[in-house]
Amino acid sequence: MCATCGCDANGTLTMHEPGHHHHHEHDHQHRQKIVEVEKDVLHENNLLAERNRGYFDAKNILAMNLVSSPGSGKTTLLEKTLTDLKGTIEMAVIEGDQQTTNDADRIHATGTKVVQINTGKGCHLDAHMVLHAVQGMKLKNDSVLFIENVGNLVCPAMFDLGEKERVVIISVTEGDDKPLKYPDMFHSSTLCIINKIDLLPYVPFDVEKVRANALQVNPQLKIIELSCTGGQGLTDWYQWLQSKVLQPETV
Amino acid sequence: MHELSIVMSIVAIAQQEVQKAQASIVDEIEMDIGCLSTIEMDAFEMAWKQGIKQTILQHAAKKINRLNGKATCSDCGNIFAIQQVYEACPNCGSHFIHITQGKELRVKSLLLS
Ligand SMILES: Nc1nc2c(ncn2[C@@H]2O[C@H](COP(=O)(O)OP(=O)(O)O)[C@@H](O)[C@H]2O)c(=O)[nH]1
Ligand SMILES: [Mg+2]
Ligand SMILES: [Zn+2]
Repeated sequence: MCATCGCDANGTLTMHEPGHHHHHEHDHQHRQKIVEVEKDVLHENNLLAERNRGYFDAKNILAMNLVSSPGSGKTTLLEKTLTDLKGTIEMAVIEGDQQTTNDADRIHATGTKVVQINTGKGCHLDAHMVLHAVQGMKLKNDSVLFIENVGNLVCPAMFDLGEKERVVIISVTEGDDKPLKYPDMFHSSTLCIINKIDLLPYVPFDVEKVRANALQVNPQLKIIELSCTGGQGLTDWYQWLQSKVLQPETV
Repeated sequence: MHELSIVMSIVAIAQQEVQKAQASIVDEIEMDIGCLSTIEMDAFEMAWKQGIKQTILQHAAKKINRLNGKATCSDCGNIFAIQQVYEACPNCGSHFIHITQGKELRVKSLLLS
């Protein structure tokens, strides 16, 4: 149970709440009662996500949720972006990882503010974790917040964090049928990055096929091909990013 | 597996309802789980066994309604059944479809005593 937000729907932080469940068989009066609950299981998460979203909106923070399989290049893309755009946009990072602080250390090395969330066995970040991470960060107005989710294309799809953009990354060393295998992730994302295109000569990866598969799942998906290490296509990503950074509206 | 955290959320909902109703135990729980929700039923069953231990749902009978996927085409208005979220409209081929059923993940009712 979290005192700050009253949320106790958090699977990874509190497993069981002791104390509520000592029933005695002889107590049963067999007076049964049906309660029509009709409640979305993700209701608590969605409420907290909207609270996060309201906070981001009020401060004009562009929050982005980065999702991919392990090793597709989320951290590398962030390292590159934080270095190249330093001084032009204010940026901060939340790193989701099951065990280690390796990724957070890599981000820290770029001189960027970073908070690590260790999810333990949890295979995704949720809105509750992000809420608490954000509380300590003192994010600046008109900034960008990157949230690197746990490497996994299934579970994070269901959990809204309150982000504005969801960026799914796939690398050319993965199968070109990924969008069809993990439709929910591609369905719920706004941008798809095809990474490691420097390796295209060496792997049987059909870019056009991936594009077609991704667009079949989500016709509105924007797709950018790039190489974090080679540098090709990075300017397309930076342009997209800049285009999403909103100028604060003056009243 | 996100199924375990889903089960924990279900436990939390049940617990709230039990408190609200000042009941002591859940005898039965009825849930809607759409066929297009990203719930793997095998993983869910395993997570269920593990997640309800020593909770208010420990002895509850579990009833699950699987709801089939249904969509409406945004271009031609056709209503049709789908197995995958990315299927095109069988009438006009459009991929702009609106899913109307199958994404549910909901606690429908509880039988308390
Ligand atoms: N060849 C090549 N390797 C890359 C590229 N981007 C990332 N990598 C490598 O892929 C591996 C995993 O990258 P990482 O950023 O840690 O992936 P994450 O798990 O998604 O955060 C690292 O060894 C990176 O150096 C790229 O554009 N080209
Ligand atoms: Mg990483
Ligand atoms: Zn149609």
